[in-house]
Amino acid sequence: MFREFNVTLVCALVVVAGLISSPAFAQTPEEALAAIQSDAAKAASDFKGFSAARGENFFKTKHGNEWSCASCHTENPAAPGKHAKTGKVIQPFAPSANAERFTDPGKVAKWFKRNCNDVLDRVCTPQEKGDVLAYLLTVKK
Amino acid sequence: MSKYYKNFPRRLVSALLVMGATMSIAQAGDRVEKYSGENRGKPAQPSQVNAKFQQECSTCHIAYSPGLLPAASWRKVMSGLDKHFGSDASLTDQEDKEITAFLVNNASNRWNASTAPLRITETAWFKHKHDSHEIPQAIWKNPKVKSPANCAACHQQADRGDFSERNIKIPK
Ligand code: HEC
Ligand code: HEC
Ligand code: HEC
Repeated sequence: MFREFNVTLVCALVVVAGLISSPAFAQTPEEALAAIQSDAAKAASDFKGFSAARGENFFKTKHGNEWSCASCHTENPAAPGKHAKTGKVIQPFAPSANAERFTDPGKVAKWFKRNCNDVLDRVCTPQEKGDVLAYLLTVKK
Repeated sequence: MSKYYKNFPRRLVSALLVMGATMSIAQAGDRVEKYSGENRGKPAQPSQVNAKFQQECSTCHIAYSPGLLPAASWRKVMSGLDKHFGSDASLTDQEDKEITAFLVNNASNRWNASTAPLRITETAWFKHKHDSHEIPQAIWKNPKVKSPANCAACHQQADRGDFSERNIKIPK
């Protein structure tokens, strides 16, 4: 009986510890990519998948304005970035270096809208977003 | 011609009287209205905090304490977030409403001017506290400061609304 109780207790503790240590993320970055992919397929009938190389190029290039994505998220997205205007530190952008990235769909949508507007004066297409995320997922810590 | 000179002494006297009157009004005004009414709130720290404000307004810079600007300024800032100092900082309507209410309720309680600047760094109290008597002006060119809006470059507890002198460290 004592033994049985112990096993139950251990199980309960393991479950509780698991709940505490892994914050309840609404999605994984891979799920975020899958959601963008279904948008991309809907937006263009000739959609052929994402390209990390194209994403890297998009990320590091200016698009007519003062900033590229890399101006704030740095050329190495595994490293901390810095806001190009205010100098405030920005946590690393690559999911390998920052477990919170691309786990909150509301936050992802909000910042794609804002930052694409700053960099390109328009929203990013699903193709562009997916290419960037595909690139970020290849960045090692 | 003669008409003007005949009246000259009287004109002089009235001109002097007017000058004297405006000067004493201006002096009295200075004594009553510190920084011409553009004063930050007291106490510096709001007694309340708001989680939405902390989360949404501390991503690109520190969350500026509400008491640093008057309510009218905050309304202006919050109604133009899609074009916010050259950045898109737009929020959902619900977020905007909640944060605006927090800022307006905790805005400066000592601001008596009718002005409503968008920047803290353009207020009379800010300019006075950071003029050349207080700080060598070359400091603003230091890349570690970058912008006067970068309060935390010198005020080490700026993100908590603490600007007291013992927590100032000017970067070298
Ligand atoms: C002017 C600076 C700046 C530029 C340029 C910039 N960003 Fe950002 N970005 C930020 C800040 C600040 C945040 C929010 C702070 C944080 O999450 O650490 C952010 C967050 C994001 C997020 C949220 C990610 C998450 O889940 O946490 C996405 C997505 C994003 N940026 C995409 C982009 C893309 C794509 C570009 C280029 C088109 C870009 N950004 C350019 C400053 C910038
Ligand atoms: C997307 C980035 C971003 C977000 C989010 C953001 N700001 Fe700003 N804010 C800026 C930039 C850039 C400046 C200009 C900084 C400079 O001139 O050095 C600025 C400046 C300011 C200033 C003027 C500072 C001064 O005195 O010069 C105020 C006040 C301000 N922001 C309030 C807010 C409030 C309130 C929020 C939350 C609703 C907010 N900001 C969210 C980017 C942002
Ligand atoms: C380059 C450094 C620097 C920056 C940047 C800076 N300050 Fe200051 N600030 C100072 C110094 C130094 C003093 C002390 C002046 C004095 O001796 O009275 C001061 C004084 C003040 C005071 C008065 C403190 C008191 O107890 O009387 C306030 C409030 C204040 N600063 C707010 C701000 C805010 C808000 C910002 C950003 C919008 C800011 N400062 C940016 C250096 C700086």
